[in-house]
Amino acid sequence: MNGVEGFMYPNEIALQWSVLIVLYPFITGLVAGAFILASLERVFRVEAVKPTYRLALLTALAFLLDAPLPLQLHLGHPERSPEMYFTPHSTSAMAMFGYVYLWYLMAVLVLEIWLDYRRDIVLMSQQSKGFLRLIYKVMTLGSSNISERSLAIDERVGWIVTIIGIPSAFMLHGYVGFIFGSIKANPWWSSPLMPVVFIFSAMVSGIAAVMLLYMAITKLRKQKIDVRCVDSIAMYLFYIFIIDFSLEMLDLIHRIYEADESFKSLNFLVHTQLFIPHIVIQILMGTLVPIVLLGITQVIKLPEIVRKRMYAVAGCLTMVGIFAMRWNVVIGGQLFSKSFLGFTTYKMALVTREGLLAAIALTILPFIFLWVLIKLLPPWGEEHEAAAAD
Amino acid sequence: MSVFKDAGHLFRFAGLFVLAFLLFLVIRGFVVPKTFGQYGHYRGAAIGDVAAHPVKFAGHQTCEACHTDILDVKKNGKHAHVNCEACHGALAKHADDPASVTPVRPDTAVLCARCHTASAAKPKGFPQVVPADHSTGLPCQMCHNPHSPAMDAGAAAGGTK
Amino acid sequence: MNISRRQMLILLPAAAVAWKSVQAGTPEDSPNYKMTDHWWGMLIDVPKCIGCGNCVRACQTENDVPDGNFRTWVERYHVTDENMTSPEVISPDGGKEGFPVAQEDAGKYFFVPKLCNHCADSPCTQVCPVGATFVTPDGVVMVDQSYCLGCAYCVQACPYGCRYIHPEKHVADKCTLCYHRITKGLTTACCETCPTGARQLVDLKNPKDPIHEFLKTHSVQVLKPQMATGAKAYYYDLDGSVR
Repeated sequence: MNGVEGFMYPNEIALQWSVLIVLYPFITGLVAGAFILASLERVFRVEAVKPTYRLALLTALAFLLDAPLPLQLHLGHPERSPEMYFTPHSTSAMAMFGYVYLWYLMAVLVLEIWLDYRRDIVLMSQQSKGFLRLIYKVMTLGSSNISERSLAIDERVGWIVTIIGIPSAFMLHGYVGFIFGSIKANPWWSSPLMPVVFIFSAMVSGIAAVMLLYMAITKLRKQKIDVRCVDSIAMYLFYIFIIDFSLEMLDLIHRIYEADESFKSLNFLVHTQLFIPHIVIQILMGTLVPIVLLGITQVIKLPEIVRKRMYAVAGCLTMVGIFAMRWNVVIGGQLFSKSFLGFTTYKMALVTREGLLAAIALTILPFIFLWVLIKLLPPWGEEHEAAAAD
Repeated sequence: MSVFKDAGHLFRFAGLFVLAFLLFLVIRGFVVPKTFGQYGHYRGAAIGDVAAHPVKFAGHQTCEACHTDILDVKKNGKHAHVNCEACHGALAKHADDPASVTPVRPDTAVLCARCHTASAAKPKGFPQVVPADHSTGLPCQMCHNPHSPAMDAGAAAGGTK
Repeated sequence: MNISRRQMLILLPAAAVAWKSVQAGTPEDSPNYKMTDHWWGMLIDVPKCIGCGNCVRACQTENDVPDGNFRTWVERYHVTDENMTSPEVISPDGGKEGFPVAQEDAGKYFFVPKLCNHCADSPCTQVCPVGATFVTPDGVVMVDQSYCLGCAYCVQACPYGCRYIHPEKHVADKCTLCYHRITKGLTTACCETCPTGARQLVDLKNPKDPIHEFLKTHSVQVLKPQMATGAKAYYYDLDGSVR
């Protein structure tokens, strides 16, 4: 049979979940991670990361708007997806998607962004012209009250929203981990650790993404990167990465030690088809190298320029590594037979609805959204202009 | 009172939520199928949808109701429990209107070989031969009555019904 | 059964009436079918299976199963002393055209027909986000193809690999235990065409069902019992090497 080694149940030979389903947890992971970084400033009062606060929120929103798209392209009947809102099945983790997504989008992210930007929105609705003016006017919801009192209320409510937002972010991405972790039919997925691993790897990818975006955009704007800020972000990245790596190693060691009926098959898979994506890309390049690089910057005091380069390299490798982790979970979990007697291959198409080009387009799209959001709601207002003037 | 004045925008935001929720409930009332939840968390009428699929195999009782002569030959032979359509294919259309559909007599060279070609994989007690050696090219029905195939079961009938 | 002309005159119209009722299409038209009176399953008598593939072909004909997908299929196992825990298994095109001739050797061979197990605690039903797949009150797991989103979560959740996404309808599809037949007093297409009686429908709520009697007096197993799915496809004489 084409691409089949050993025996697969006849219906298992073609993969059901494609690269788009790899992309979805990657994107929602970035959302959750970016939000956690923003909450570091808002709730935990880590002043150092303040320059990235608004950028982190906009990044989260840009990616959140993109997140449903890979799912819609994958569904056999995307026009029926509202059924998840009308008749969600309470025993299905996937059914939670609609409501958790909507809650996180409207009651957390949009609300928090709106509250933080409201003063700027009102001012811009008064200063801009034409169609843009209309957009801002709508965003004010008809209220132009930016008195001290109202802004203080916004601040307070925003703080509460962020507090609620942290477990909401964990839900948004943790449930994705549970979607896989609760499938007893698939031993590569079935694990109580899965939601936790997903959450921590989400935080790692989200924080790395905001760090990279901040460094890149600041350079594009020809401004000076706040090194104390990136130092702080890198430190959080380092420690969360340690936790993430420990969890993944725990899963691996447990698997190897218990060596249940699935072990022989999965072990073979990791040594052959998944060797490059799992061992080389995810573990070595995507986890160990960034941890070592970040660890060095934590222990040795290196010159600023060297530190920034190391952060950039570590950040990029991290993004690749976390994408590889999603690939290894989703695709890897479908490459072996549930009979444990054979393997198949993933034939990724190029131009089909679920092909590589679609995946690339959906990866680029959130950056376009982010560009629009930054134009509409500039993260750096007079505050940064004033800092640059010092 | 001044609290509400300075928090007016929040009430507008909340108001949007409430409006959207009410709209959702209205749409839901129209969109969710009427039989949903009848027996469980699914559309009850779906059971009828599946049950309405057309039947293609008539089932041996239907064949036997008319073809009693064949049944008489078959019922005491080795193929007593081999149902008619196992060899003759799906014939619900023929049962529905016998004149309109004339079943095609199966090609024994292909049909009999499917079950009776010798293989180490088949159960030991099952009658199996190597077709080329066994019949030297002759069609099976020259010696075996398909409806009662044992050699000592009576006249082979040489291929007629 | 020697039938006289007189009996024939009664039988023929009765057959015609029975046939019309069979064709009617909805359980309501076959009077006397009450879902709660039945609890369906299937018995697979492994030693009787000769791997002829009749069942796979009949299922495809009866249910318009697309090529390359299988509502039922047959696997052939070859177990030797060396590979008791990793048997050699083949299922060429699901066993649809039978199997290649096997050569005699020291190992044991047997055929294992497989289908949806119509699990009483089905994991596929548990994970469906919208309620498009469900267990009927008479124990048949079905898909509502006008409601299914085609997300394939149920396909991932089935431990037995019996589900697939229909290539043209883009919804989940699988064995329906020929519900459109069993609700009219017929048996499933696979059981009807099995020449050796290796597959038999069973109604677990019918004390007079001979197969039900068989289940009560013989050792039977289900596939992957550790999954606790409440599978209702019972295998007689199933070898431990079967996956």
